[in-house]
Amino acid sequence: MFHETVQMFSYDFFVYAFIAGIFISLSASLLGVNLVLKRYSMIGDGLAHVGFGAFALTAAINPLPTWVALPIVGIAAVLLLRVRKSSKIKGDALIAVISSGSLAAGLILLTAFEVTNDINRYMFGSIFALEKSDVIISAVCSLIIIALYLIFYNRILLVTIDEDYAHASGINVSKYNTLIAVLTAVIIVLGMRLMGALLISGLVIFPPLSSMRVFGGFKKAVFCSALISVTCFTAGLFFTFYYSLPPGACILMMNLLVFILFTLVGKIRQRG
Amino acid sequence: MFYTLNMRIIKCENLCMSYENKTVLSELSFNVERGDFLSIVGENGSGKSTLIRGILGLKKYKGVLELNVGRNQIGYLPQQTALAEDFPVTAGEIVLCGCLNDMGLFPFYKKKHRETAIDALKKMRVLELEKRRFCELSGGQKQRVLIARAICAAKELLLLDEPATGLDLAVRNELYELISSLNKNDGLTVVMISHDMEGVLANSDKILHVSAISKAAEAVNSDKTLENGSTKNKGGFFGTVAEYIKTPIFMEMGCNNVP
Repeated sequence: MFHETVQMFSYDFFVYAFIAGIFISLSASLLGVNLVLKRYSMIGDGLAHVGFGAFALTAAINPLPTWVALPIVGIAAVLLLRVRKSSKIKGDALIAVISSGSLAAGLILLTAFEVTNDINRYMFGSIFALEKSDVIISAVCSLIIIALYLIFYNRILLVTIDEDYAHASGINVSKYNTLIAVLTAVIIVLGMRLMGALLISGLVIFPPLSSMRVFGGFKKAVFCSALISVTCFTAGLFFTFYYSLPPGACILMMNLLVFILFTLVGKIRQRG
Repeated sequence: MFYTLNMRIIKCENLCMSYENKTVLSELSFNVERGDFLSIVGENGSGKSTLIRGILGLKKYKGVLELNVGRNQIGYLPQQTALAEDFPVTAGEIVLCGCLNDMGLFPFYKKKHRETAIDALKKMRVLELEKRRFCELSGGQKQRVLIARAICAAKELLLLDEPATGLDLAVRNELYELISSLNKNDGLTVVMISHDMEGVLANSDKILHVSAISKAAEAVNSDKTLENGSTKNKGGFFGTVAEYIKTPIFMEMGCNNVP
């Protein structure tokens, strides 16, 4: 076992996947708490599909690096938040329209430009195909997200739990909502390389949901969410390597198991 | 603080506001001076909460509505909080939010903020609830926690939207004592919406009666007020408590428990 673990880390591709994954799952779980509480869970899923469309566009026209998809998804995220409030098409319907629309557009683009073998990669992720530059981008972006999250932690907390009061006490609520939206877009785009468009929202949503089953305070919930996310990622990655399973699915199954466990613990605690 | 002793905190002239496309306040005029304890009374749906939300800049209005204190000087107790059931946040964390307006650019709470929060929890007698999950608390406990948050935030002005809701009589009286002391001893200006006429008359020094079809009073000048007030249903009232209890609006309510 020990020998195999050492051997795993002798592969560059595994080390890259491990480092990038730790960073991304950590920052995803932080933002996840706010997305779940603000009832924005589906937005992550919708943005991932927009990301798929954006990746298809960059792959079809000219193979371009990850960060080209970033501004497209970022703009989509801000628009989704803005339009949600004013649009006549309400919340979930709007997300469904945008996500299926960009999925269709992406598929057409990929087929028309004959890069169909990329479809699988974008749908389900390609964690072991990361390069050194991907790892650097992931680490830098994640560190920025974590730093911003810590700096604005108290304000983000208030904007998340009580928007009205935040507004009344002079906090620029829409500024913080935009910040959360943009950071979410960043993490979705980065995470798509790991988990793929179909599974990335699970990485964002599961850890906070699990930790909220057990913990009552915000600080504890955020901390535990981060811990769950990193642990599940590591465990999932090891399973993937040992049993040659799809990585995204493995990581998500770990999260699902933890969610079930925490739900049980929460139930027992409530009775006790 | 002495040099600003008679500063006008809120100036409101010919204010018109609507709620869900229905005009609830029209041509409302009143002033709040530093150190005032103003109670806003009136039947349900007359626009009291809408007025407070207008003062806080949460709602649009027509007319003049000047607020001469910074938003970071105000403690606000909303009528109801839209905190959902599953929110993982403790009572202590909620109260600490009241100190946010004092942090400036520094991202974290300092020791004095924690002390302020503990102090406010003590004042509201809910210190033992500090670590409890907010959504597990009873209605009255939630109300006290939210009042504690407002107290933390209030440096100049305390805006309370029906603070007595959900509190039993003993706690209610304690609350009035506390607010009175904040007003008299700490010099906080208090604006309170209330349906509890007894508490209002005993504690406040000015009254704003908002009527559903408010053609409310021309402030300060009491003669004029009485004139306007005497136009029965149409009228509202703004003036001191002593003047208020002589008005037809007040007498019509059949309130005999004048202190």
